[in-house]
Amino acid sequence: MAKYLFLKHYRGAPASVNNVSMNQWTPDEVQAHIQYMNDFAKRLQESGEYVDSQALAPDGAWVRSDGEGKPPVTDGPFAETKDLIAGWMIVDVDSYERAVELAGELSAAPGAGGKPIHEWLEVRSFLTAGPKFTD
Amino acid sequence: MATGAVDEARLRDLIPGVLATLVHRGADFATAEDAVQEALIRAVETWPKQRPDDPKGWLITTAWRRFIDLTRSDTARHNRESRAADEPPPGPTESADDTLQIYFLCAHPSLTPPSAVALTLRAVGGLTTRQIAQAYLVPESTMAQRISRAKRAVSDVRFDQPGDLRTVLRTLYLVFNEGYSGDVDLAAEAIRLARQLAATTDDEEVAGLLALFLLHHARRPSRTRVDGSLVPLAEQDRGLWRRDLIAEGVGILQAALARDRLGEYQAQAAIAALHADAQTADETDWVQIVEWYDELVRLTDSPVVRLNRAVAVGEADGAQAGLAALAELDPMLPRYTASAAYLHERAGEFSTAAVLYAQAAAKAQSVAERNHLTLKAATLREHL
Repeated sequence: MAKYLFLKHYRGAPASVNNVSMNQWTPDEVQAHIQYMNDFAKRLQESGEYVDSQALAPDGAWVRSDGEGKPPVTDGPFAETKDLIAGWMIVDVDSYERAVELAGELSAAPGAGGKPIHEWLEVRSFLTAGPKFTD
Repeated sequence: MATGAVDEARLRDLIPGVLATLVHRGADFATAEDAVQEALIRAVETWPKQRPDDPKGWLITTAWRRFIDLTRSDTARHNRESRAADEPPPGPTESADDTLQIYFLCAHPSLTPPSAVALTLRAVGGLTTRQIAQAYLVPESTMAQRISRAKRAVSDVRFDQPGDLRTVLRTLYLVFNEGYSGDVDLAAEAIRLARQLAATTDDEEVAGLLALFLLHHARRPSRTRVDGSLVPLAEQDRGLWRRDLIAEGVGILQAALARDRLGEYQAQAAIAALHADAQTADETDWVQIVEWYDELVRLTDSPVVRLNRAVAVGEADGAQAGLAALAELDPMLPRYTASAAYLHERAGEFSTAAVLYAQAAAKAQSVAERNHLTLKAATLREHL
């Protein structure tokens, strides 16, 4: 088993096929989307492949050290930030192929007109803590 | 001797008294707490087969023996002289005041609120570290560290010093607010601890807090749908409200208010009672609710209370009055935008409300809240 991270972007991903902002959807379309996401997570929990999923608030700030004895510097949010993470799901699956299959399903969540959004999700594999006995 | 499954809640009711007895007899708090926790685990293992006639006595004896063992191994390591005897010394057992001291210690002002919450759930509530970790969605090792650091932080606090009831109440309030995730129902746990505290003290605010918990808990069955989505108060099925809890909460509140020493928890409970009292949302006595919010502002001067007051003013005196009250507040307050959206909707300004609901969704602090606000925005847009 290997863990993969599916990253959903508010900004920074290539445009979706069904690229209509949620702020234009009807209540039924919003409801159907929420339902799809809940059902998807539930199905992965039942199949034993679900690890975690989290949604992030859109506001954030950049922080860095400003040297010893000084408080950290915070800045932002920067309007020009190109990439903005909306949230993630972590799965623990048999193969990379399975991870890609699941990310594809997640990307097909319904959006405007009840049609799949086909949004781009970023799939990343976790580095393991150390070499395995079988490696 | 009886047999059968152990009623864990009733078993855990005995915990603060058992811990207080050990400390009263000279055990140090940190080691005594470990010993009591281990006695509790033994009780859950052995009582189904053989339940003692005197459960509390059994717990005290078992915990005391365990305390001796722990002290001895400690002593061996540090080559110190053992200060403890094998059997519990005769003498007084704990009093109600001692039990109260355990509450004070676990919510000591030197602890941060999350540490006080964790220590209270373990040492007063008798929950295991694993259960507490699950409830707060952190790794068990993290929670174990938080608890042992908290125990160290209060290890020098003298047991006979008067404590601060306000920090105890704030700690229980935080536990209740967390609700439930995992297999521990923290709201129910907060109610159990508040009941126990109310039985040990004679304080109007303790009663007020217990009443507030009961009145809120009574509405829980109607607050979310099966799929986890939120149902606003005005749309809740009032037939699902727990009338038994409401009656109990109102009774406790009335007795507290009759003593004429008002505090913030009594005032919050009074607002909850007025909601519980209305057969339909339209029958809500908003004028009286605003009066209670005025009391709360006087008592707490909290900006969040002022925000809630503005929404209540919108119900009592009309949406424009509510918006005027809102205009005096800081727009950066949590839920400010959501409140503004609601008041504009009530004022019939649907396009403004739709835009504000969408903005509020982006500032939501939970997924359920975000979904709710997104749906409100979509519903208003559809009817424009």
